Amino acid sequence: MDPIIFLIQCLNAIQYGLLLFLVASGLTLIFGIMGIINLAHGSFYMIGAYMAFALQPLISQYAGESFVLTLLACVALAAILGYFLEWAFYSYLYHRDHLQQVLMTFGLILVFEELRSLLVGNDVHGVPIPAWLQGSISLADVMTYPIYRLFISVVCIIVAGLLYWVLTRTRLGMMIRAGASNREMINSLGIDINRLFRIVFAMGVALAALAGAIAAPVSSVYPGMGQSVLIICFVVVVIGGIGSIRGAFLAAMLVGFVDTFGQILFPAAAGVLVYLLMAAILLFKPEGLFKQG
Amino acid sequence: MSQALLTASNITRRFGGLTAINNVSLTLTQGTVHAVIGTNGAGKSTLVSVLSGEIPPNEGRIMMGNNDITQWPQPRRAQAGMGRSYQRTTIFPSLTVHENCRIAAQANHQHFWRWFQPASHCKESNSAADRALALAGLENEATRTAGLLSHGAKRQLEIAMSLATHPRVLLLDEPLAGMGPEETERMLDLLATLKAEHAILLIEHDMEAVFRIADIITVMVNGTVIAHGDPDAIRNDPQVQTAYLGDDE
Amino acid sequence: MQNTLRGLLLLILIGLVAVLPFFTTDYYASLAVKIMIYALFALSLQLLVGGTGLVSLGHAAFFGIAAYFVTLLTPDTGAGNFFVLLAGALIVTMAYAAVTGALALRTKGIYFIMVTLAFAQMAYYVFHDTKVGGGTDGIYLYFRPELRIGDWTLLNIDNSYVFYLFVLGCLLLSWAFLAVLMRSRFGAALTGIRVNEQRMRAAGFSTFGYKLTAYIIAAALAGVAGFLYAAKDGYVNPELMAWEQSGLVLLMVILGGSGRLWGAIIGAVVLTMLQELFQSQSIFGEFAKNWHLPYGLAIIALVALLPNGLTGLPEQLRTRRARKAQLRAASAAQDSAS
Repeated sequence: MDPIIFLIQCLNAIQYGLLLFLVASGLTLIFGIMGIINLAHGSFYMIGAYMAFALQPLISQYAGESFVLTLLACVALAAILGYFLEWAFYSYLYHRDHLQQVLMTFGLILVFEELRSLLVGNDVHGVPIPAWLQGSISLADVMTYPIYRLFISVVCIIVAGLLYWVLTRTRLGMMIRAGASNREMINSLGIDINRLFRIVFAMGVALAALAGAIAAPVSSVYPGMGQSVLIICFVVVVIGGIGSIRGAFLAAMLVGFVDTFGQILFPAAAGVLVYLLMAAILLFKPEGLFKQG
Repeated sequence: MSQALLTASNITRRFGGLTAINNVSLTLTQGTVHAVIGTNGAGKSTLVSVLSGEIPPNEGRIMMGNNDITQWPQPRRAQAGMGRSYQRTTIFPSLTVHENCRIAAQANHQHFWRWFQPASHCKESNSAADRALALAGLENEATRTAGLLSHGAKRQLEIAMSLATHPRVLLLDEPLAGMGPEETERMLDLLATLKAEHAILLIEHDMEAVFRIADIITVMVNGTVIAHGDPDAIRNDPQVQTAYLGDDE
Repeated sequence: MQNTLRGLLLLILIGLVAVLPFFTTDYYASLAVKIMIYALFALSLQLLVGGTGLVSLGHAAFFGIAAYFVTLLTPDTGAGNFFVLLAGALIVTMAYAAVTGALALRTKGIYFIMVTLAFAQMAYYVFHDTKVGGGTDGIYLYFRPELRIGDWTLLNIDNSYVFYLFVLGCLLLSWAFLAVLMRSRFGAALTGIRVNEQRMRAAGFSTFGYKLTAYIIAAALAGVAGFLYAAKDGYVNPELMAWEQSGLVLLMVILGGSGRLWGAIIGAVVLTMLQELFQSQSIFGEFAKNWHLPYGLAIIALVALLPNGLTGLPEQLRTRRARKAQLRAASAAQDSAS
């Protein structure tokens, strides 16, 4: 393979993997800390993308052309949505078994999809790449790489770093990690565990929504986008080990590379390769690469 | 000379940086109760799990009869004559007491493909269940739902289920846990009757019971064996006194 | 006495179902066949969920694979042989179940749910994104398979009423088979594995073999349902094995009640009728096209309110009443003591 093409595919793989990590980290955080398996997590990805689509013209009208502002608005709105949803719905899921959580969030997906259909319709939309991120940088004579894709990777890395910083260096992060291993202890330490859970959930939703919003210009905004990302995220979480952020990162990168290079090397079987990867890992590590705890 | 039914040699098991069991050896012979005592975290439960096949050892060998069973999974060991009871009761609460034992007994008469015969008509598993219930003194409770039994009766059922497969070696993990004095008496009588036909490993915290019923005692602290011998020798062992029995209560 | 009464009621019910097409429109007769096929599908999953304690979120894969098999392998010129095609469909379905099950069963709990979903998605991908089955458009089955042995046609299932009775017969046969299976030693072992797998292993059962066998049998029965589905409408598309289908059939099992075999049948009836209700334009008018909204809310409410499903409702009410009585007795004792 031509070294430049190899580099381009590596960049693609990293970008895809980082986006997956953003979504999967939310999923694994919510499951690891709160013990909730949320099938509707992919819907938050979709909601983020549709928010970007809906907000972008509004913001450019009132605040000028600012993509970063749009992204921040999406994240803020998603966090508020997540905070509200936890209070209104997800807090009732804690004491139910995983099967009930699966089915109730399955019903929630239907509700989200239909609300979206009622509010913005079922059409496929595009979100324009902002002017300052358009174009490509040249890697060699004729090979170029889109600047926007690099932007995606950079933002994801920054967010991943922020997440790491919050979890390991702040008091909030300490409470979150403690809550992951011992919920009752947190309560007896006087920390309001309900508030904590609400914040964690809002974080998870915001992460997924950000991924959807930032991916919107390249992957377009369409009704089924939540579901397709969700299942790949499940694969990432299974490979990485539930509850492990580190595992989610490693697994997301693995999936990113296998999928990207798989499409080049084995185009006929491209979509199946990720599942084969999962199968292979399960043969040797049925609980994922990093067990929680 | 009594038969050595199970021999564990130089068993070591580590979890990451922690050594849970360090170079432990013991032998179970028919007709004896071999008790293993020790403080919390001494590695007793890990030892039982290694012997039963639920956790593989990092080093060491386990022989049952003439077979090297170190790599054998738990079901295979059970088929070869090993029975185990758990510290946390592992009965089937929604089924009747009799059905609990019958299903356990079915392990020796699985008839995997005979789908058209009702399980309830299985003579062999039914008689094995009857026998186990009689041994454990639970015949009168046979039709009761297991989940409704008293705690002591549940522990008796736990033992009955491990007897249902006619094992030779019995690994009992804290069978007296949570029992009152009357129930403890009954359980100790049961163990005394079982002794003759089986080799019994007993993990227990109730010191009085241990010293009454055990023929051999192994004392573990932090994964290592610090003493091994008959009850009198253990009682007078200075190391044991300081490490475990403590200064006079 | 109670058993004979129940048996009699069941026979009457079956009789009523058998003559239903004479008293209703073609649409509802066709709907009834669809319900029966989904009831069979749900029964197959019930073996896994209620029988063995294995929650699979990828069961639609087996439904779809069998449906595609019969559609792809029916010759263009005329009807295929039912028995040959069914045998082939089941072999392929069971092979996929054997391979994916052997891997999936290495995991437990939430992992198992996610892995079965992933394996179903893999099958979905093959039919959705490749040329194998006509892609997203799906393919048509122009000739319903014939129940032929040599030159002799046993039943003419081309006739819609005969096909109706045939599907009813398949459903009843499968139900009876599962009932017998659960009553056998194999079924008793599955029950033990569901309640406490650890104890089963300690007794000497190689639980993996039991679980895998149950998984394959469940897949085979789902394959029968998928086969009948393709034969019924003559059209298959990848959505048959989409995860929404897997979720739907799981819902049927849980809402019907995983404690009883026939809960799956109840669940299939209720959920299909619920879909019909919310899609009804005569009731909802313009909003009928947004039926996913009330449907999703209904699902959430039903799962939340009926943790044991419909067939577990008597027990749920009984426990609630008993607990209330206990509390009343406890507070009465407190009052009299103070």
